[in-house]
Amino acid sequence: MAYVAVKGGERAIDNAHAWLAEARRGNPAVPDLTLAQIQQQMGRAVDRVMAEGALYDPELAALAIKQAQGDLIEAAFLLRAYRTTLPRFGYAAPVDTAAMALRRRISAVYKDLPGGQLLGPTYDYTHRLLDFLLAAGATPPPAAEAAEPAAAMPRVADILAQEGLIETHTDTGTEPGDLTREPLAFPAGRDIRLQALARGDEGFLLAMGYSTQRGWGGSHPFVGELRVGEVTVEITPPELGFAIDIGDITLTECALVNQFKGSKTVPPQFTSGYGLTFGHAERKAMGMALVDRAMRAEELGEDATAPAQNIEFVLYHSDNIEGTGFVEHLKLPHYVDFQSELEAIRRMREDTK
Amino acid sequence: MTTISGYNFAYLDEQTKRMIRRALLKAVAIPGHQIPFGSREMPLPYGWGTGGIQITAAILGADDVLKVIDQGADDTTNAVSIRRFFAKTAGVATTTRTDAATVIQTRHRIPEAPLTENQILVYQVPQPEPLVKLEPSRAETRRMHALAEYGAMHVRLYEDITRYGQVAISYDYPVMVNDRYLMAPSPIPAFDNPKLHQMPALQLFGAGREKRIYAIPPYTNVRSLDFEDHPFRAGRAPHACGLCGADTSYLDEVVVDNAGGRLFVCSDTDYCETRRDAGHVGEAA
Amino acid sequence: MTDDTLLSARGLNLRFGAIPALVDVAVDLWPGEVLAIVGESGSGKTTLLNVLSGRLRPDDGVVWYRDPSGRLHDVHAMPAPKLRALHRSDWGFVQQDPRSALRMGVSAGGNVGERLMAQGLRHYGSIREQAIDWLRQVEIDAARVDDMPRTFSGGMLQRLQIARTLVTHPRLVFMDEPTGGLDVSVQARLLDLIRSLVARLNIAAVLVTHDLAVARLLAHRIVVMQRGVVVEAGLTDQVLDDPQHAYTQLLVSSVLQA
Repeated sequence: MAYVAVKGGERAIDNAHAWLAEARRGNPAVPDLTLAQIQQQMGRAVDRVMAEGALYDPELAALAIKQAQGDLIEAAFLLRAYRTTLPRFGYAAPVDTAAMALRRRISAVYKDLPGGQLLGPTYDYTHRLLDFLLAAGATPPPAAEAAEPAAAMPRVADILAQEGLIETHTDTGTEPGDLTREPLAFPAGRDIRLQALARGDEGFLLAMGYSTQRGWGGSHPFVGELRVGEVTVEITPPELGFAIDIGDITLTECALVNQFKGSKTVPPQFTSGYGLTFGHAERKAMGMALVDRAMRAEELGEDATAPAQNIEFVLYHSDNIEGTGFVEHLKLPHYVDFQSELEAIRRMREDTK
Repeated sequence: MTTISGYNFAYLDEQTKRMIRRALLKAVAIPGHQIPFGSREMPLPYGWGTGGIQITAAILGADDVLKVIDQGADDTTNAVSIRRFFAKTAGVATTTRTDAATVIQTRHRIPEAPLTENQILVYQVPQPEPLVKLEPSRAETRRMHALAEYGAMHVRLYEDITRYGQVAISYDYPVMVNDRYLMAPSPIPAFDNPKLHQMPALQLFGAGREKRIYAIPPYTNVRSLDFEDHPFRAGRAPHACGLCGADTSYLDEVVVDNAGGRLFVCSDTDYCETRRDAGHVGEAA
Repeated sequence: MTDDTLLSARGLNLRFGAIPALVDVAVDLWPGEVLAIVGESGSGKTTLLNVLSGRLRPDDGVVWYRDPSGRLHDVHAMPAPKLRALHRSDWGFVQQDPRSALRMGVSAGGNVGERLMAQGLRHYGSIREQAIDWLRQVEIDAARVDDMPRTFSGGMLQRLQIARTLVTHPRLVFMDEPTGGLDVSVQARLLDLIRSLVARLNIAAVLVTHDLAVARLLAHRIVVMQRGVVVEAGLTDQVLDDPQHAYTQLLVSSVLQA
């Protein structure tokens, strides 16, 4: 019997990629999807890919979605790999979400508040009925526009803080860490934790946040405020010495108001959990805020026993690029290790005879 | 193959390479100790060799000759993919010959042919922490390494002998490096462990997803954990290679039919070819 | 401290917020001696045990330990690796709940052998032999050496923890309510075992208990604590038969009534 060594890895790969390209295109009789269409009509997908890909660029995100056939984790991975090659010019100044140009702002803790409740473009009160008019390609009538620009909308956290009712955080002057340059280390400060969550998997944060609501590390959350809108990003180039505007980005911010902390001598205050993501991503921002608050259990003198309160557990498993790589690497050949297991198990079976 | 434009030599920017080289220097200075590094997202998935790729990218020079193996073979798909990546981004010469390579990136094997002082072996490491099955928290395992508290690892070996009459770890078999640090040698078969000891070549280990680098400098003592009365044993299939007749190399088992037919062949494809070129013939050839 | 004390503490103070856990506590322990720390829950006795054993740092005060060569060590100034090494060899710790001290997924033999392996013993047969010997000494059938602790009763688990602790022949053992949570009949057997082991092996022990009967049976001397303060100390019989402090009198009388 002649044995043919398994050769031809190179050709197999080339053939597989050609087939993939053909499958991605689908039936050539159907018009090719344009990046503008993805960017305009699949905005939530673009936002998710930018958030988890940790790169704000709607056009590249649209390309990644097209290239990944709509597999959003694969698309986020494409953006991550691309961002590795980008030179770092500097760090932006902290964005001011109080000065956000809002398209949506709701608070669950006040009936009304300065600036009012602004429902904005939301799925919240839609009836989830498949819309066959959409299938037919109907163009929606234009939405009504406000007669006058919206009034100033202070952040709910700031309103509560005026009365001293909620914990406040002052600028300590220390530079936040950078998870993309330095590896995770423990204890991990809140700066690093929030960075990790901001690029964490939406499904993971949803599940972990949900688990806290079901008693696995509850913290009595109220949505103090959820806001979506555009903020200006500024950097201060050292050669200029003053801040310049480099563009606007869409952000979703969620500020939770949680159970209070205090003692006989220290007046009680509400605590808070915080979520901030690229794009319009309310589920993600809320999950993030719940998990952020859960991970503060120890800092706030609570028992840390639930999965969402275990900082190491949450941070090491929130990144879907790491997770998908390691889970899927099981597809790689492992036959050398398996062979050593085969030999070991045969030897042991021999010994028991 | 033509190199692609728009990317730096070997993909990573020079700043990142410097950061990795600093981690490598620390790793060489403290043999077997895991050094955290700012692992970058690579265009290949985590778990598919990103740690090894980043090390290779950081040490590769234009004159280097690169060999990439997976399961001992140059032709496995992931080895092909990584070799192409460097051919494309660095334009370096590649080879399948162990003796012609200056840098060898490997997954799961150490080549059969002895390596020299002029070569560097880069391992892809999925899980750098040898204590992970005993203790999932990295904060705690770091403490155990700092205090050299490795009793629990021996408890695991004790339990294996008690239950199975022998140590049941057959790959990624834990080793003590330079009598100080417990180290995961990556999932090489235990058969390869003795080659780690006093190897003339520099051995570098990269875990991209876990963001750790470690090293064994040339001519370092590396000891596989064992008991005096149950010494370390390196197992291989008790056969000769069907192609080249080698009876000391590590063998793959190939299922040739559905009636129990098996063919055993060298896992190190270059070793096998070299022997066949020299006239050695196995029973199935 | 005198020249032959094994462990000696002076001026220990510790507060948890507004609560004083230890107030100017002094303790001496001689080789081979069993010292009981008694008091109600919240009296500071477990805190004192943790401070004496180096597991909890006091706000001020010092704990001295004399090693076998006669050298003194400030327990709280020792580098962490040295202290951990001490805990693995010369010292032992027996916790109230054996489940938190044992490896429940490791056989009885592996549990007893762990400290030997941590000390560098690398002969499987010898480790196993010593494990079997120790199972016998704590009255566990040697045939159970390969069994998992989860198949053991509560009393057996506690005896297994004692074997695991004593296998390296420590000179000093800290015990936190070692018979707590056990049935009365199981308790009696365990107390008998502990008494004979510490006497035969000449082990010094610091024992925390809320149970004066346990203290009477095991301890040579007693320290009575109330709200972080040592209110009375002396020979066991003396303190229990003729308590001087009102709090000790109350403790003793409540036992008599019970």
